[in-house]
Amino acid sequence: MTTPLRIGFIPLVDAAALIVAVDKGFCVAEGLDVALVREVSWSNIRDKLNIGLFDSAHLLAPVAIASSLGLGHVKVPIVAPFNLGLNGNAITVSPALHAAIMSEMEGDPFDPMATALALARVVAARRRSGAEPLTFGMTFPFSTHNYQLRFWMAAGGVDPDEDVRLVVLPPPYMVDSLANGHVDAFCVGAPWNSVAVDLGVGHILHFVADILVRAVEKVLAIRQDWSEKNPDVLTALIRAHDRAAEFIEQPHNRVEVARILSSPERIGVDAEVIQRTLDGRLKISPDGTMRESSRYLLVGRQGAARPDPAQAAWLYAQMVRWGQTSFSPQALKVAMAVFRPDLYDAALGREAKPIEASDAIGAFAGPAFDANDIAGHLAAFEIGRPKP
Amino acid sequence: MGSETSPRIVIVDESPIRAAILEEGLREAGFTGVTHISEMHNLLARIYALDPDVILIDLENPSRDVLEQMFQVSRAVRRPIAMFVDQSDSASIQASVDAGVSAYIVDGLKKERIKPILDLCISRFNAFSKLQDELDRARSALEDRKVIDRAKGILMKLKGLTEDEAYVLLRSTAMREKKKIGEIAQSILTASELLK
Repeated sequence: MTTPLRIGFIPLVDAAALIVAVDKGFCVAEGLDVALVREVSWSNIRDKLNIGLFDSAHLLAPVAIASSLGLGHVKVPIVAPFNLGLNGNAITVSPALHAAIMSEMEGDPFDPMATALALARVVAARRRSGAEPLTFGMTFPFSTHNYQLRFWMAAGGVDPDEDVRLVVLPPPYMVDSLANGHVDAFCVGAPWNSVAVDLGVGHILHFVADILVRAVEKVLAIRQDWSEKNPDVLTALIRAHDRAAEFIEQPHNRVEVARILSSPERIGVDAEVIQRTLDGRLKISPDGTMRESSRYLLVGRQGAARPDPAQAAWLYAQMVRWGQTSFSPQALKVAMAVFRPDLYDAALGREAKPIEASDAIGAFAGPAFDANDIAGHLAAFEIGRPKP
Repeated sequence: MGSETSPRIVIVDESPIRAAILEEGLREAGFTGVTHISEMHNLLARIYALDPDVILIDLENPSRDVLEQMFQVSRAVRRPIAMFVDQSDSASIQASVDAGVSAYIVDGLKKERIKPILDLCISRFNAFSKLQDELDRARSALEDRKVIDRAKGILMKLKGLTEDEAYVLLRSTAMREKKKIGEIAQSILTASELLK
């Protein structure tokens, strides 16, 4: 007997494991009849998951945590038993801002500290000349993009709330907004950075992997009550995703994967552009300059799919740092419990590993992250606005 | 509405027809301060210029995420959104998501004043989708008729039938094969295309 499921997704490359699990028949092989539903906003995904119109969804990791804590919306406990991807975002800037940053650059332009300090000088010069503050686009208040941009610029001394404007933009509007000057830069997932470069309206300044070595990006999200009522379906779903992630990570499958993702009902972008992201080999400048990274987007390899509660703790710490909530040990516990390595291990019959104490994030600035010392993490940074 | 002033309502919708249907309904119900925004660029600035109490947005609109940042208290946000529909009432969230609309209530508006707006909004959105369905059906009926006319023409020419005989043949074949006349007509067109 097959179980019908409705799963929502946003057309982004990091939905790859979900899309391939369905379109390559890995879900059917596990007895799941999945209807994939393409959505236009994270708010829609969140609401439809919350009220049960979706059984599961491709979701921003911070939204899964915010939903479980009741931040910004109705409180609905979510579990995340499978990471759909680590990293995969990039910061793209307009040609004008790129030139301004490069003219202030001291050091390696791939070093995020060097670019953040250069940005701080650009911001200061603009203020002196009375120019409008720079505007940065990101995808959602509770998004990795929001925290990654903030973490980066704050390390160079730019206050993301005082010195620049951060605005939410739907990913499909990012490139247009950059081209017509509504934003000067954005942080978004694939394929939108590459689309901007190809159109000659943007330069990829950073891969997010420059800023954080391992940053959980999207998760497979499921309502906690549903997961408890349907343990077998959950197991089947995790297994299908594991097979899909493994398939995607085989380099000889990449052409096929890119073709599947490029279909108009899925991501609807040229397969070649999608493949660049999967391969981690991206054109970063309209002049054709290429850049390669072995950890641009991790879908399953290097243990990427296994949820790590320390990653959830880091995201929670960013919510506290930027005043989206105030710190409480109880809330930290709830946030960490959203990420469920136990469900992942049980479904795949792998031995449960103890959670490593070492820094799971690998941020370019600040001390190593310790989930047991959020206060220490926050105290290490000058810029931030924790609630009193 | 009593002596209280009508709340300012903004409708964010790229469909001008649906927005007009909703706006008309709200005006009939006595809500006079209704403005429609159809241009999504700089949406937040447009909304701030109008300073609404309630924002209604259709769920097909990617800019819904733009509104979510109004929940955050920051320099960019002047009057934060207090809630989305009614946080205590999951039935109203369900009804509005089903209808394809969501409502954001800006801080300061009394709760009891929200329900009539939301109910009206849901019923107008549902009425619009019904209208849309009917329109789609009418359109496909028209398409069918064109296909049937062309199939009749082919049958008349190839088999020397009158128009009525051609139609009877199509209808009886459709009944025998338990298909729609339009489908039989379409297969005649496809076959004649192939045999050209």
